[in-house]
Amino acid sequence: MTFGEIGVSIALVALAALSLLIAAKAYTPEYAFHAYLFAAASVGGIYAIVSRYMGGRPVAAQEIDGKPNYNMGPVKFAALISMFWGIAGFLVGVIIALQLAYPVMNLDLQWIQFGRLRPLHTSAVIFAFGGNVLLATSFYVVQRTSHARLAGDLAPWFVILGYNFFILIAGTGYLLGISQSKEYAEPEWYSDLFLTVVWVAYLLVFLATLWKRKEPHIYVANWFYLAFIVTIAVLHLGNNATIPVSIFSAKSYIVWAGVQDAMFQWWYGHNAVGFFLTAGFLAIMYYFVPKRANRPVYSYRLSIVHFWALIFLYIWAGPHHLHYTALPDWAQTLGMTFSIMLWMPSWGGMINGLMTLSGAWDKLRTDPVLRMMVVSVAFYGMSTFEGPLMSIKVVNSLSHYTDWTVGHVHSGALGWVGFVSFGALYCLVPWLYNRPGLYSLKLVNWHFWIATLGIVLYISSMWVAGIMQGLMWRAYTSLGFLEYSFIETVEAMHYFYVIRALGGALFLVGALIMAWNLYKTITSPSVEAVPAGRSQLAPAE
Amino acid sequence: MAAHDTSFWSKHQILEKNSIILVIGILLMISVGGIVEIAPLFYLKSTIEKVGGVRPYTPLELAGRDIYVREGCYTCHSQMIRALKDEVERYGHYSLAAESMYDHPFQWGSKRNGPDLARVGGKYSDDWQRAHLAAPRSVVPGSIMPNYAFLFDRELRLEHLGEHMTIQSIEGVPYTQEQIANAAVDAAAQLNPDDKNASAFAKRWPTAVVRTVAKPGKITEADAVVAYLQMLGTLVDFKIYDEKANLR
Repeated sequence: MTFGEIGVSIALVALAALSLLIAAKAYTPEYAFHAYLFAAASVGGIYAIVSRYMGGRPVAAQEIDGKPNYNMGPVKFAALISMFWGIAGFLVGVIIALQLAYPVMNLDLQWIQFGRLRPLHTSAVIFAFGGNVLLATSFYVVQRTSHARLAGDLAPWFVILGYNFFILIAGTGYLLGISQSKEYAEPEWYSDLFLTVVWVAYLLVFLATLWKRKEPHIYVANWFYLAFIVTIAVLHLGNNATIPVSIFSAKSYIVWAGVQDAMFQWWYGHNAVGFFLTAGFLAIMYYFVPKRANRPVYSYRLSIVHFWALIFLYIWAGPHHLHYTALPDWAQTLGMTFSIMLWMPSWGGMINGLMTLSGAWDKLRTDPVLRMMVVSVAFYGMSTFEGPLMSIKVVNSLSHYTDWTVGHVHSGALGWVGFVSFGALYCLVPWLYNRPGLYSLKLVNWHFWIATLGIVLYISSMWVAGIMQGLMWRAYTSLGFLEYSFIETVEAMHYFYVIRALGGALFLVGALIMAWNLYKTITSPSVEAVPAGRSQLAPAE
Repeated sequence: MAAHDTSFWSKHQILEKNSIILVIGILLMISVGGIVEIAPLFYLKSTIEKVGGVRPYTPLELAGRDIYVREGCYTCHSQMIRALKDEVERYGHYSLAAESMYDHPFQWGSKRNGPDLARVGGKYSDDWQRAHLAAPRSVVPGSIMPNYAFLFDRELRLEHLGEHMTIQSIEGVPYTQEQIANAAVDAAAQLNPDDKNASAFAKRWPTAVVRTVAKPGKITEADAVVAYLQMLGTLVDFKIYDEKANLR
């Protein structure tokens, strides 16, 4: 056995033993259930390592015939499971949208009530779907642009499987009522701790692969992946600083309180948007758009300027979530100022992505995958204009706490993150499985239009609902009394919530079409005469 | 000009060719904003207003808050009244930072599918709160809130409350040793005006309000939630609050 195999096995044995001890003495059955899951996963990991060893696994060569022997197993796993999580996350989104329109949909079951499902939806789409897309593409891109096999033997699999195990723990936790109720950071202390280990391994695998690169330069997409990985680590540690009640309790208390906790939360929350949902997916844009369009990135200098400006400015923007609150005014003003400045580097990225199409615009007519990615960049431009607008204090006084925010988030999430992910997966799956192309471009076209219609329904209904609600809250009668009671403003939302649910359902239908298309692609005959384990279909770097 | 540009842009190659320098560069860039915006909140004295009345949660209220956190109530309810005319008229005095200074974590929220709860305490009777919690549409026909009837079936667990308070005291909440030691006793006493520990409870928690249980002979999670909701925003007496002294 290798040093790594022995070390990981010992660590897993220790984790299994600790988990069983915790399961036996856990304060709540929900926590005991999680401890058993940890124990089972550890045993599964040990079994996988031992059976691989007993099977006399061949040592994976770094190169075959002078060409890098890329490690695409973990990439395939992450790509496929991202599709599964995506559909699950969209489905839960549709369910909670219906719950807001028809509260009977809560079914009086504590496990699926809105308060527990909403974090499940956000975590499933952001961290499970988006996260796996980022893992898959980053491991793919760093190998191809470095001309080197992914670093580590067990490590890449630990990262992928460990991350998805974290998702499982977090998601089942929400259903069982384990949540610290910090928005987009709901998992409790032990999930956070485990994720930290996985994330450090992720950073090391990524860096170590870069160290093996044959190219002197680190490709621009990898700068963005690095900024995403490094910054998410910092944010995760800062926002989740917590002390568990006991090692036998799932409950912990965040060390920060009140106004400081609010600032930490939105420093984290806004930069989960900035670095997870923006920097990471910009990395995807910087690899997959040029690749698919077969054109070089528009401007090298623009990419330098907008990269550094983006990561510097984004971090400041958090306080715009706390306008007119008990956060001191100086912090609110800083947050607003930097949010407005952020418009520029955001559009720098958009311009760099769109202008990469120079000389290849005709492909939008014939290639629905490229069209999907280009429209995603357009949505990115739109929501990064809307964001600075909403960060202006007077605008925010109307939009905050309303569905306008929800609509804004979804124009970014469905339009930008969703579409660029779909585009990347449509590119990636045929490359990974040595297929000549997708099973059906026609189905991609259907996916594109159905999902686009869904997005339009979603964001337009939320604009109307949000602005209307904001105006109703502040409406006065001629006698100087507030015109509407709160419940009247809730009742006024009903039809818009129905339209929103319909929009979400269309988006889900699009994803189901996509899953079918990818399934048929994978099960279609592969390109002949391609040696196993190598994907030669991707154009050479 | 072109040659000059080339030399300027070529300096960036140092970062492009050294992953560790690139990582350090990223870390430096992302550190500035966070440090400037967060660190002063811990030492600027004006961050948290000087105000009387704010106290830590009683064991029962803390248990209720834990359930509020567990159920994700923040997904629909804010606890932060903004300093805007209509909000102040609808909900009451705008929220002070001091009022959430013992909140681990804060629950200001970000979305109002339901109304703000920062000052819901005392706005309705305990009976109304219980009826509403069990079946919101029984008292507010247009409500879209889920029924929380199951909270009336789940018995409140008191045995670990002291540990919860110990952790909070490590994090700076000024619980006394006596308050921590009597956590379970006090939680029960806050739900029974005739409790044998009633006077000891009143001494340990002079400003806490004693309530009654929803179901005789049984302390449920609903009791804790109602106790928590009914104290929200009630601690500061705004008749004597000096707004001018706390301008920030």
